Amino acid sequence: MMQPIHPAEVQRRLESLKDQDVYIHLEMTTGAYAAHHDASKHPAATFITNAVIQYSHSLISGNGPYRVGLKMLQGWIYSEGLTHYEENEPERLILAGHDQQGKLVVSLQLSREPF
Amino acid sequence: MERVLVILPHPDDEVFGLSGTLAQLIDQGAIVTYACLTLGEMGRNMGFPPFASRVTLPQIRRGELEESCAAIGIQDLRMLGFHDKTIEFEDKVFLDEHIHALIEEVKPDVIFTFYPGYSVHPDHDATGEAVVRTVGRLPEADRPPVYCMAFSRDHEQAIGKPDISFDVRDYLKNKLAALRAHRSQFQAADIIGSKQHTDKEIRERFGTERFWTYKFETWK
Repeated sequence: MMQPIHPAEVQRRLESLKDQDVYIHLEMTTGAYAAHHDASKHPAATFITNAVIQYSHSLISGNGPYRVGLKMLQGWIYSEGLTHYEENEPERLILAGHDQQGKLVVSLQLSREPF
Repeated sequence: MERVLVILPHPDDEVFGLSGTLAQLIDQGAIVTYACLTLGEMGRNMGFPPFASRVTLPQIRRGELEESCAAIGIQDLRMLGFHDKTIEFEDKVFLDEHIHALIEEVKPDVIFTFYPGYSVHPDHDATGEAVVRTVGRLPEADRPPVYCMAFSRDHEQAIGKPDISFDVRDYLKNKLAALRAHRSQFQAADIIGSKQHTDKEIRERFGTERFWTYKFETWK
């Protein structure tokens, strides 16, 4: 069950996955129906799933919605708008940002195994 | 119509435009095979408040799809294992082979899918395209009719009025049960209302399902 983010717990899980190859799922979406429902909206979505990355430094920041930054050897991974995490997934980090209707807007997931 | 083949990309695509028609055809003796290309694993709706995550959504939606099919009476559900949002990028030969094999096996009297180009979601359009591409390759005498759903803005300006219409008012129970089955995707109470909508309003809003017979002479 997704729960509102507990930053200290998320930070602990970020630390447990650093300095090793991990699979990442990173996504942001306005939804495929955005422009259908409202022609003034610009539909956009992007995701990358099961790319392998490694980071040496990580931080969850903000007061909610939260931001996460992961520092890699040659670059950064950044995600903003995160609101929820899956508390019953101690081996993986499942983060998502939901809007006021509960719809997913952004997600950041890290795992030692592919998703 | 004894053998019906439904080819759609996402669990829940069957609900609004088609579930009443299928329930009616099944009641009249049809056997329905529903090939659902993906598990809708990239959907944005996670329940409200959210109870699903990207990780749990595929299995949750699989269960919802099975429940929806049971409510409609669908006898044969196939989940083809494609990935949500990727149908338009799939290898066309690979995709068409799957659809061709289904048609060969089921030998449908009619196929239901989305109208390519007028169905809003890229997966809808790509699925409809793959179906008409595959059926279009069959000798003309062997082509089952393809009944398409369309709902893009101004679609009637391009493709005219639907030529097929089913009065499904006697099957609203099945249709609403199918709607409720997809609980991660729809807040049924918001859509059908609790007290706001009278039975009459529900029958008017959900009681007719309309389709366009695909015209292969316009197929390019």
